[in-house]
Formats: sequence, C-alpha cells, structure tokens
Amino acid sequence: MSFLHVVGFGLKVGHLLLMLCCWIVSVISMNWFINGGIMDTKSGMFCDSGKMWLKWWEKISGNNCMIHHHYYQYIGSKRVPKTWWKKLLMTWVVGWLIVSLSIFWYMSLQANEKRKETLQSMCDERARMLQDQFNVSTNHIQAMSILISTFHHGKKPSAIDQRTFARYTERTAFERPLTSGVAYAVRVLHSERAQFEEQQGWTIKRMDTLEQNPVHKDDYAPEALEPSPIKEEYAPVIFAQDIISHIISIDLLSGKEDRKNILRARASGKGVLTAPFRLLKSNRLGVILTYAVYKRDLPSNATPNERKQATDGYIGGVFDVESLVEKLLQQLASKQTILVNVYDTTNLSHPISMYGSNVSADGLQHVSTLNFGDPFRKHEMHCRFKQKPPWPWLAITTSNGILVIAYLVGYIFHATVNRIAKVEDDYDKMMELKKKAEAADVAKSQFLATVSHEIRTPMNGVLGMLHMLMDTDLDVTQQDYVRTAQASGKALVSLINEVLDQAKIESGRLELDAVQFDLRAILDDVLSLFSGKSQEKGVELAVYISDRVPEMLIGDPGRFRQIITNLMGNSIKFTEKGHIFVTVHLVEEVIGSTEVETSSENTLSGFPVTDRCRSWKGFKAFSQEGSTFPLTPPSDSINLIVSVEDTGAGIPSEAQSRVFTPFMQVGPSISRTHGGTGIGLSISKCLVGLMNGEIGFVSLPKTGSTFTFTAVFTNGCSNPNEYKSHKINNQSNSASTEFQGMTALVVDPRPVRAKVSRYHIQRLGISVEVVSDLNQGWSNISSGNGAIDIVLVEQEVWDRDSHLSSLFINNFKKIDRRTPPKLFLLANFISTSRTSATTSGDNTPSIIMKPLRSSMLAASLQRAMGVGSKGNARNRDLPSLRNLLLGRKILIIDDNNVNLKVAAGALKKYGAEVECADSGSKAVSLLKPPHSFDACFMDIQMPEMDGFEATKLIREMEKHGETSVEAYDNVSNWHVPILAMTADVIQATHEECLKCGMDGYVSKPFEAEQLYREVSRFFQSVPNGNL
Amino acid sequence: MDGMTQLQRQWREHTAYLRKEGYLDDQFEQLQKLQDENSPDFVAEVVSIFFDDSEKLLNNMARALEQKVVDFKQVDAHVHQFKGSSASIGAMRVKNLCIEFRNHCEAQSLEECVRCLRKLQYEYSVLKNQLEYLFRLEQQIRAAGV
Repeated sequence: MSFLHVVGFGLKVGHLLLMLCCWIVSVISMNWFINGGIMDTKSGMFCDSGKMWLKWWEKISGNNCMIHHHYYQYIGSKRVPKTWWKKLLMTWVVGWLIVSLSIFWYMSLQANEKRKETLQSMCDERARMLQDQFNVSTNHIQAMSILISTFHHGKKPSAIDQRTFARYTERTAFERPLTSGVAYAVRVLHSERAQFEEQQGWTIKRMDTLEQNPVHKDDYAPEALEPSPIKEEYAPVIFAQDIISHIISIDLLSGKEDRKNILRARASGKGVLTAPFRLLKSNRLGVILTYAVYKRDLPSNATPNERKQATDGYIGGVFDVESLVEKLLQQLASKQTILVNVYDTTNLSHPISMYGSNVSADGLQHVSTLNFGDPFRKHEMHCRFKQKPPWPWLAITTSNGILVIAYLVGYIFHATVNRIAKVEDDYDKMMELKKKAEAADVAKSQFLATVSHEIRTPMNGVLGMLHMLMDTDLDVTQQDYVRTAQASGKALVSLINEVLDQAKIESGRLELDAVQFDLRAILDDVLSLFSGKSQEKGVELAVYISDRVPEMLIGDPGRFRQIITNLMGNSIKFTEKGHIFVTVHLVEEVIGSTEVETSSENTLSGFPVTDRCRSWKGFKAFSQEGSTFPLTPPSDSINLIVSVEDTGAGIPSEAQSRVFTPFMQVGPSISRTHGGTGIGLSISKCLVGLMNGEIGFVSLPKTGSTFTFTAVFTNGCSNPNEYKSHKINNQSNSASTEFQGMTALVVDPRPVRAKVSRYHIQRLGISVEVVSDLNQGWSNISSGNGAIDIVLVEQEVWDRDSHLSSLFINNFKKIDRRTPPKLFLLANFISTSRTSATTSGDNTPSIIMKPLRSSMLAASLQRAMGVGSKGNARNRDLPSLRNLLLGRKILIIDDNNVNLKVAAGALKKYGAEVECADSGSKAVSLLKPPHSFDACFMDIQMPEMDGFEATKLIREMEKHGETSVEAYDNVSNWHVPILAMTADVIQATHEECLKCGMDGYVSKPFEAEQLYREVSRFFQSVPNGNL
Repeated sequence: MDGMTQLQRQWREHTAYLRKEGYLDDQFEQLQKLQDENSPDFVAEVVSIFFDDSEKLLNNMARALEQKVVDFKQVDAHVHQFKGSSASIGAMRVKNLCIEFRNHCEAQSLEECVRCLRKLQYEYSVLKNQLEYLFRLEQQIRAAGV
C-alpha cells in the first residue's frame, strides 16, 4: 500500500509543478500580449505569433486537463502504466522547452525595448538641444533685425556701417552658437538702384550664375560677378560678418533659395529657413535663416502686402549645419555613441540630408522631429546606435537555467518513476514468490499429512499383526525378532504421529479438546511411562504439584500429556545421572515467591541445577510482574506453570537459539546417539501456544536444562469450596479413605525431595512430618505422642550409616505399642536396594520404589499394612481392558449379525454386559435418556439410518432431555460415549465421527490395544459411582 | 488318548492349512480366543449365523443381478454386508473377493459382477465345507474329551 502513497505523492508533486509551469506560462504570455499592444511597429508579426501562442496555450491547457483526467483515473488503479509516464515526461520536456524559449524571447524583447528607450531619450535630448540652440540663434538674429531697423533705418544718417556691423556680429557670435555668419540685405527698388549703387560705391551683383557654376574657394572673386540685371526690386547685401563678407553687394533675390526665403520672410514676418544647400565659397551644407526688417511695427494680423510695403531689408543668418551639429554632438559625447542624421523633410518624398553619413546600420533607429521655428520647413533627426546590439546574455542564462532546472526535475521524476516501477515489479515478483513459497509450504504440509496418514494405516496393520504374532507359539529368537519389529514399528508410528501433528499445526488444523481431566493422574501416568527408563539409567524422577492447583481441570489432557512427555523424554534422553523433576504451580504462586533453589544441596538429587527462574524470564505474563494479578481472569481460568528440570548434558549455547525450530538438533551426532527427529520441542511450543501459554528454557552445558511452560486451563471444579474440602481426594480414593487420619514421618535431609514425598503421601490423606536425619526421627517417634503410623526413610540416609540404621531398626522393634509404625525405605534403583537388602538381612524394611506415584504408594502401603484389597490397588496400577470394561453396560449397534455377535463376544470376554441392536433407529430409542448404558459401539454403515445420523439424533436428545430429566438421578449431563466401529480407518472418517458427536472409533475386528486406547479415554473419567 | 491326540493334530493341521491357503486369517483365531467356559460354542454359533446370513445375501445378490435393470447400489450394499461379516469371522478369501466385487459394482460392469458372484459362491461353498469339517473335528475332540 505504501507504494500507492508514493505514487500518489509523486503524482501530486508532478501536478503541482505542472500547474506552476502553466501559471508561469500564462503570466508571461499575458504580459507579453500587453507589451505587444504597446508595440507600434511590426504589429502584424506580433499578431500572428500571438495567435500561435494562443494555440499553444490551448494545447497545453488541454493537455493539462487530460493529465488531470488521467491523474484522477489512475489514483484509483494500482499501477500507472509506463507509457503514460513517458507521455507525461515528454510533455514536461517540451513544455519547459517552450517556457524557456518564451522567457528568452520575452527577456530579449525587454532588453531591446530598453535599448530603444535609451536611443529615444538620447535622440530626443540631442534634438531638443539642437532645437534650443537654434532657437537661441534665431532669437538673436531677430534681435539683430530690430537692431538694424533701429540703428540703420531709424537713424539718419545710419549709425551702422559695414565695419560696425562686422565687429558687432563678430563679438556677439557666442550668442548665436549655430550660425556661421550674419548678413543684412537692404530692399532696393529698381527706381532707387542707381542712387543706391552710387551711394554704396558698387553695383548690385547677381548670384544665379554663381550658383550654376560653383567656383572653388580659391578662385572666388566677387569682382568677377556680373552685375545684376534689371529687376523690380533688389536685395543687395550691405552688411556682413567678416566670415561671409564676400557676399556684400550680391543681390539675394537673384539666388533661387534666397529669393524664396526672402519673399516668404517678408510675407510672414517670421524667421524663415531655406532648404539646405551648398554655401557659397565654403561649399558646405547650410541653411539660411531670414528675417524681414520692417520700417515700422506691424500688427500680427497684417496682410502679406502690407508687410511687403513696410519691408526695409532682410537679415539672414547662415547656419553651417554640418559643423554645428558635429560641435553639438561632441559636447554630448557619451558612452553610447550614436549615429545622428538630420534631414529636411519639407518634401516628404525627397528628404534632404543635412547632416550625417549614410552608413547603413541595423534597423533600430529613432526619429525626433526638430522645430526650428519655421512652420513651413520640417526637420527630423534620425538616431541610430553605432554598435550592433549586444547578445542578451541575461535572457540566455535565465532561460537556460530554467530549462536545466526543469529538466533536472524531469530527470528526478523520471528516475523516481523508474524506481517506483522497478520496486513495484520487484514487489510483484516477491508477492509471486511468496505465494509460491506459501503454496509450497501448504503442499508440503499436505504432503506430509497425506503421506504420514497413508503410512500410518498400513503400519497399524503391521503392528496389529506383530501383536498377534507375539501370541502365537514362538521360540525365544523369534519372539525377540518380533519384539524388535514391534518396537521399531511403534517408534515409526510415533514418529509419523509427530510429523502429522507438525503438519496439522502448520496447516492450522489442530484444535484442542476441552474435557475435564485430572492433572495429577496424568502426571502419574507420564511418570510411570518413564519410570522404567529412569530406573535403568539410575535417574531420579519426581513430580510435585502445588496444593493450589485444582483437582480437576478442563482442557486437552492428551496434548498436555504430549508436551510433558516430550519434555520429559528429552530430559531422560540427555540425563545420565541426577534427577528429573517436574513441578506444577499456579503462575500466581511463582510470581509471588522469590525462592531460590539453586544451591546444590537444595536440589532433588544433590546435583546442581540451573536456575529455573531464568527459564521464564522472557514470558510476557511475567514481564509486568505484579500487575498481572488483576489482569488474569478471575475464578475459572487457571494459569499453570510447569517446569521440567534435569541434570543432563544441557544444550550448547550455540544451539540454544534453534531449540524450537522443527527438525533442528544440537548436532548430527545427537540424532545418531539419541535418535529422534528434533520435532518434539517445536510441536510442544505450538501446543503451548494453543493453550495460550509460553515456553522457555534455561540450560547450562554439563549442568542441565530446565524447560518451563505456562498453560491456561479452566477450573474443572465448579465449586472452589468443594475442591478444598476434597483436596486430598484423588482418583484412587478407594485407597485414600483407608489412610485417612494417619501420620507419616519422612526422614530426608533434602527439603526439595522431602517436599515431593510429602506431596505424594498427603495425597493419600496422610499427614506428614519431615525430619532431616534418623536420630531426630527417632526422637520424634519416641517423643510419646505416638501418632506416627508410618516412617519413610530415604534410602540415602539409610545407606549412609548401616550401624545407625540397624540401631534404628532395633529401637523400632522395642516400641511397645499396639500397632508399631511401619518402616519403609524410599529407594531409587533396584540394584542399590538389593545390596542394601543383603546387608541388612532380615531386618530390611519394605521398599517403595521411586518415582513416587499416589497409586503405587497406596498399593505399597496397603501391601505392607494389610489394609484394603490388594487386588484393587494392583488393578488400578495395571489397568487392562478387563478392568475398564468389567461390569460396564455396553450397547452394540450393527446391522450385520455376524459382526454383532463377534463384537458382543469380544466385549463380553472383557467382562462387559452387552446388549445388541441391529439398526440405528433402535439405538436411538434405546439411548433415549434416561438409560443405563455406559457406552455404545456403533457401526457406521447401516441401511436406513447410518451411525452418523443415529449419533446426531442421540446427541440431540441428550441436549433436549437435559431439562426433562433434571430430577433423574444426579446425572446432570447426559453424554453417553459413542464409539464408531469402522473397517476403514481413514482420517476423514475419524474427523467425521468427531464432528457428529462420536467420541472415537475402533477398527471393526477389534484390536485389543486400540480398543483399550479408545475406551480408556473416557472410562477413566467416568465417576466411580457409575460402576 | 491316541485318537484324541490324532484328532487334535488333525484339527491343528487343518487350521494351519486354512490359514496357509488364506481361507481364514487372524480374526478367526481371535474368535477362537473369545470362546471360553462361559460360551463354549461361541465360534460355532457365530459361524452358523454367518452361514445363514451369507446364503441369504448370496441369494439376494443373485436375484439383484438377474433383474432387467440391475440396481448396483443394492448389490453393493449386499456385498458390503457380506464383506463385513466375512471380515468378522476372518474369512479372508471371501472378504478379498468381496472387495473386488465392490469395485466392479462401483464400475457397474454386470459381466464382472456376475463372474464375481460365481467365484464368491464357489469360495463360500468351499469355506463352508472346510469350516464344517473343522467343527466336526472339534465336536469329535470334545466328545472324546468328555
């Protein structure tokens, strides 16, 4: 699921970035459009590109929508296809390429714009300056016109002559920065010409020839000029600045440009400019400004004719434009040198260049209009940069930077997506492998279950046959062979059962029973199972169950027994000397107590043992220590803690970690020397787990191991008070009553062992006193209160000092009482007891063999004391089919008469009372409670009503009948044990049997062992009162 | 006394022969073990019930197989019963035949079933003869013993 999150997150981030980019694009394009509107040139091209942009935008936004769509579609699905990612990536790359290009474009445009603005401002500045200076000049010239009118025409005689004019103009030249020279021409009518020429001393000369044949400066000679032809009026120059003194006497009206100028100036009364033309002599481009000088002040609305009449003369200023502009520009020379052209654009189609080279530059230029005060003439200034525009580095770096960043992000995205895809692929692969592995595991378990079952079925046959073979006439060798074969077969079957258990546990099919059982009886059973082996090895075996553990528990006795058997089996396998000690406590007891029993003297056999507290260190139930008390469910739930302590070889520390792993043993040599599959502990662990418990161990090599497990059961005694009052009561209560009220003295220096002995003796209803040695024991006996009936002496004590023992016996004989106390030895090994017997001769007291079990103890006591019936005790000790079935009333249901007869015969032989019926319906009617049957054997395959159906009906009846027969007897719960009889012993059938309420099954021709196994399961727990 | 031992030997030999030939198996021996003072004729009783049952069953089987439409299920039920009772007295060959028979019933092959029935009838008659001979010996032994 986390992958999905990652993918979702990635999508979100991608989406965010995309949105950001789109936003940027939109902002830029908007900006751009606005700018585009301002542009006044090349607008057509911009319009086109704008449309293109719009198209792009549509595409991108459409794509974006699509992405949205996909995004929301895929967020639900598990995997995002690679192709889609590629598309997104492509879109991303292309999109950002476009974005960066547009940024580049935008930025370079901005730069251009700025450049243009600079140019514009510079151009305008220059134009303005030029204009200003020009205006200053014109103003001054105008002032001069007034000067002339005042001092030349207004005074008689004139106050100005050529010399005065030349000096004045020379000295006021700074006032007219742009003029190269000033001249004054007077208006002379033809009638006055002669007088004028005479007065001046020169003739009026004409100019036009000069214009037609421009002369070189050097050759210029005013004297060569022709006299002016006869005209209506003339305008000969009378005053001129020294620079242009050569034009004195020349009739300006004969010059084409000057004439136009003069006429215009005279008519308008304002300063008038000529078109630029080559100046006389200097041959440079220039313009002439002309002002008319009037005789008197004219009103501003005077007609041209009035003006003409009032004209006295004309003052003209020569503007050498080229040099003047150059001078101006030099004043302004700045960093950015620009090219300036000045044009006279009076005639738009043929602008006349006044200044500047015609060097072609790039397209960027700015045009500023110049106003020189003459409305008729129009002038323009064209400015261009000299250099080409620089590369727009900022735009290039910015756009490239953005592109690089975007591509990096894209790459990261790509890499992430690839990574995710790879991880997803890996995950899928893993899942597949996991599935395969699980399937293989299931298959393995199934295979194991099937195969072991298939092996078990014929093995049962083999075992049965071997059992029968034992009964036939065999010689010793043959019997030995058969016994060996049988033992091997049994080992094989038990192994198969273990494997089957393991397989069942692994496939989770193992379920626990919940039946009432007696824990103490089970432990006695297990003890008896191992007693032979322990005696062989000389290992002491003991069980101690705390008094607080209830008599009856509800749980799965079989599985509990399996665990104990497993642990004890292991212990006995690896223990060569010392003891194996099983203790059962309530968990609460153990938590409460802090007893330390690790000192070597304080153990059962005197060998050092491991600290068993450490074996439950890791238990969860203990980790909270005191706090567990309130947590444990009250009343009914019984939390047991069971320890199996041995003084064996111990588990090497390197192997301790895999103790509970199936098929793991300490080393290959172990399985060779001790056998076994190494599966037992793993099964035990599983079983303990099923019982809501935990298992742990502590082990020290060469010292021993202690395995401890906890298990939760339900209290089988409905009433705890009742349990207390019958605390001593156990299943061999026939014996217990006999010993009620007696007192025993145990002589044992070891407290732990004494505790065990006391536990077992107390179970018989005998109160116990413990002393540590014989002397003290003797003083106890002879102290006079005389209540001691039995004296039990630990063999160890007895053998230690034979003298003391014999003394003790002698003393014993001297006791003068009606019933002297009986003396017993608690012996461990047959061999030692024998030796002691030989040494002590006749005085040997009775020997009770360990391990102590209540039934065995009772039997020994009875034998020695002569109370009760011997047989009873022995029967109990060695239960057999006859014992179990004697007097039981059993119903047999089979449609086959022969089978019926045979089964009845077999059961009768074991002492049961048998009743037969041949159909399921009869069984149902016979077993309708109340009835007196103890058990029912039922055939499964029957016509009309088969065994399963009949059983179901019977169980149904029992359930419903409960209320109606409440008053009947004290039987509160009707549950007659029903065993199926079937020819094919298949697991499935067995399970079906259990499912419909049967308690077990037996194969059809009865096999004694199997029959016993099945029958003992429930007849043991049937109360004696039913007998 | 001599006759007695001879009879006993004959009885033993015959029993061994029946075992060896597979007519009887352990179960029969088990039956013999069940016979004691309380039920002296237990085996004979059981076997005579077996004979009665068997003849009935064989007849039923034959009749069922003669039907126009053979109900193999019914035949199978009969054979199952026969198998059960033969297993109970330890008539091994009959039991094994029954197992074979049941397979044919399951396969619903009439031909094989009829063949099996014949074989069964034959085996049954042989077994009956053998057992009757055995019981005769037993009776003689008992008579001699008394």
